[in-house]
Amino acid sequence: MSLAEKASYDASTYRVSEAQAGDYIALLKPRVMSLVVFTALVGLVSAQASVNPFIALFSIVAIAVGAGASGSLNMWYDADIDAVMTRTTSRPVPSGRVLPNQALSFGLILSGLSVMTLGLVANWLAASLLAFTIFFYGFIYTIWLKRRTPQNIVIGGAAGAFPPIVGWAAVTGDIGFYSVIQFLIIFLWTPPHFWALALFKSNDYERAGVPMMPNVVGEASTKRQIFAYSITVAIAGVLPTVFGYAGYAYGIFAGALSVGFLWYAWGVLQMPESDRSMKPAKALFGYSILYLFAIFSAIMVDSVLAGFGYSW
Amino acid sequence: MVSALEDNNHIALTPQQKKAQRSRSVAIAVALALFVVVIFIVTIVKMGPAIMNRPF
Repeated sequence: MSLAEKASYDASTYRVSEAQAGDYIALLKPRVMSLVVFTALVGLVSAQASVNPFIALFSIVAIAVGAGASGSLNMWYDADIDAVMTRTTSRPVPSGRVLPNQALSFGLILSGLSVMTLGLVANWLAASLLAFTIFFYGFIYTIWLKRRTPQNIVIGGAAGAFPPIVGWAAVTGDIGFYSVIQFLIIFLWTPPHFWALALFKSNDYERAGVPMMPNVVGEASTKRQIFAYSITVAIAGVLPTVFGYAGYAYGIFAGALSVGFLWYAWGVLQMPESDRSMKPAKALFGYSILYLFAIFSAIMVDSVLAGFGYSW
Repeated sequence: MVSALEDNNHIALTPQQKKAQRSRSVAIAVALALFVVVIFIVTIVKMGPAIMNRPF
């Protein structure tokens, strides 16, 4: 078949790509990736294992690439949803700069490479956990849960919570209870974080047909659930001190941050239905990001100081 | 694009397509080079300090 004959085919199938390297980097969801890198690093540091710094560095890079791969798979499958949501409409696939199949191939290749690299660099337990995390985000959350149940981000939140366990496993070869506590903090933090966003972006989710909690059970119930989960986050935040993994200074710091979390969640609970500006929900969303970074920074500082023999 | 097809069965890339292709090629080259460096360093680290302590 000559190329001239191919010209009669669908132009979108055979067109020459105009995607820049930056478009492929955007497929990796760099902002999500930065959170994954950070929490995996905290898991790795808090393990306090003796490890070659190159092994630690390349393990984190492999975990980051694995997270990026799952982001690419997510953008492949969710291109139709992304196209109708204001927050995501300029992503590479819905904007037409990258074809869906290119995003799929990119995601699959990077998944394989990142898992193999982590296995060779660190160990195969960490590699298996990374593979499971990619599978969980790409298939359990994106393909199975996201469009079917308002519990999508509750269960799917596990994917975002795995990095500390993977980081820990990369340098120890096992799964420590402390890393499970870190998993629990992110896992319980995810619902109030995303439901706060879903409250003031409910029109977007409605248009895209994604069954987020406010669209399915209403705002009043969502606010109550946000507050209930916020209580569990507040408790999880201080567990490192309760179980003796972190010092009292961490406990006091985390306790204060958790009270702040509850304060903002209470603001959302008290938010009247008539308030369409939804400032309390936006405030909780912003504070939740700060909260997670602050809690994990504190865990890292506490672990580093403990490594030097300082513990408060 | 399909409009870029020429009679002699070659695809003539537009300047924008050429620029994008070059950008992707450079990125792949850099990523490949970094991957080689990573594997090299990991190999050395895994071999450990006894790397030169081998019978001839």
